Amino acid sequence: MLDAGRTEETLLEVNNIEVIYNHVILVLKGVSLSVPKGGITALLGGNGAGKTTTLKAISSLLQSERGDVTKGSIEYRGKNIQGRDPADLVKQGVIQVMEGRHCFEHLTVEENLLTGAYTRSDGGARIQQDLDMVYTYFPRLKERRKSQAGYTSGGEQQMVAMGRALMSRPETILLDEPSMGLAPQLVEEIFTIVKNLNEQEGVTFLLAEQNTNVALRFANYGYILESGRIVMDGPAAELRENPDVKEFYLGMSDDGRKSFRDVRSYRRRKRWLS
Amino acid sequence: MPEQLVFAMEVFLNGLMAGVLYALVALGFVLIYKASGIFNFAQGVMALFAAMTLVGIQKGQVPFSHLINAVLGTHIHHFGWHVHSLLAILLTVGVMIFLAWAVQKFVFRHLVGQEPIILFMATIGLAYFLEGFADLMWGSEIKTLDVCLTANACLPQGINLAIDEATYNWFGYGFFIDNLDITATIVAIILVSALVIFSQYTKQGRAMRAVADDHQAALSVGISLNFIWVLVWSVAGFVALVAGIMWGAKSGVQFSLSLIALKALPVLMLGGFTSIPGAIVGGLIIGVGEKMFEFLIGPMVGGATENWFAYVLALVFLVFRPQGLFGEKIIERV
Repeated sequence: MLDAGRTEETLLEVNNIEVIYNHVILVLKGVSLSVPKGGITALLGGNGAGKTTTLKAISSLLQSERGDVTKGSIEYRGKNIQGRDPADLVKQGVIQVMEGRHCFEHLTVEENLLTGAYTRSDGGARIQQDLDMVYTYFPRLKERRKSQAGYTSGGEQQMVAMGRALMSRPETILLDEPSMGLAPQLVEEIFTIVKNLNEQEGVTFLLAEQNTNVALRFANYGYILESGRIVMDGPAAELRENPDVKEFYLGMSDDGRKSFRDVRSYRRRKRWLS
Repeated sequence: MPEQLVFAMEVFLNGLMAGVLYALVALGFVLIYKASGIFNFAQGVMALFAAMTLVGIQKGQVPFSHLINAVLGTHIHHFGWHVHSLLAILLTVGVMIFLAWAVQKFVFRHLVGQEPIILFMATIGLAYFLEGFADLMWGSEIKTLDVCLTANACLPQGINLAIDEATYNWFGYGFFIDNLDITATIVAIILVSALVIFSQYTKQGRAMRAVADDHQAALSVGISLNFIWVLVWSVAGFVALVAGIMWGAKSGVQFSLSLIALKALPVLMLGGFTSIPGAIVGGLIIGVGEKMFEFLIGPMVGGATENWFAYVLALVFLVFRPQGLFGEKIIERV
């Protein structure tokens, strides 16, 4: 079943990958997912489930953290992109916005955005045009363009990180935990912008998120990761209605909202058995 | 005007010029530290290596001649030609860029993501390696460096006479200022302006600062860390060459040249490890400070204050302003 925003074409295909850190720690135990062009795909799961690792495996940022993809394949537009230089991937249109923002603290907001255009060679005029485009999506950044990114608020830093990625004219953005440490109102604002970018600029998103509730409202399709494995996937609307998802990730059950204690003990018992 | 005061002015000016030389060495440290967080212990040795290479090329020395002669039983030491200073400098720049590439390729590439202390120790190893390599390549004897051998680019000889005369007319006392110091000052001004323009207003300069802030994020937007690091080490190599030329011309090209790095430490503590203007101002303060202190206080305590003045000043700064005069405050959001 396809949602309205989704098309048939698959951009990114991750096939049964296994990731090992430091040659010993097995983090991903066979993760497969596919990201259709023009959609928002959510990758959900708790702490340490392997969301960030999956994104970093795709964007090749694992190498600098002593991580290795030991099995499986990662294909973008049908071409194997595993182990490619991150710069190559950015040129191909795949860019990651890392968890925890990672702004260049001592650069101004505008300089941060300009570094996003590092791999581009289509001239200053086009880059200026895109800078204006970013400022229309993030009007707050325009007000703060001359201030050092390190002194801006958490929400603004998230916007800087996303704007910086946009400056590379990406086809696909791998967005890691955009809601982290932000007030609910800001989370809503950020996700609305993601939706707008997806609809108006045609940017495809693969979104790793702990905040299942918000992510499933904005995404078209969802994958749920648990300790390095995909345990469930489906269209976002279906996942939202799924009793297990409701119970484990949204803290709800058929008889309404449960207390946190019940949820926890139930989950622990079930794990014990499996 | 009392002679004592005019003499103090001369001391002050000479201090400024000496400070410029300190600043030149400190600059190399700042560049690498800013861009990669590595405190490059080998910066002083790089200056020595650059100066030795320059002299070697200039005089047409055969590199590794001792080694070649020992293996092949020949007696070749010189090609028998002299290379024009300007060309020799260009060739040395080439060698320093190659060195930067090699350092990146064989050492730091394998240490990406390691603790700063490990990177620091790698630079200590690099310093010793480079020291031995330079000796092996060009021989360990003391060499004289004269870049003004044939180049017209140097200042005319009459300039210090002119200064002497002018100051004599103004103050009734002729200043002596070393020709070389004036050259060093001019070169330093040009170098620093060029560096500031490069790092603030160019794409690669911006990428360099981005890498300095956050390696992972830089990687994620498609900046090649390898390329930036080669670039930074090349620029630092170039700065080392300039420092090597100035110090080499002043005190001969020999092993002790590599110890000027020690003089750069207090400059860095004063100016801040991350600031290019800081390196300059720090250098000037230490240059002037130690000369004036020697002049004013020295006679009261029996002299030889120049040996320790800089370090004590640095210590005071470490206590009261650890980030230095211009160092970046560590931005930390909770």
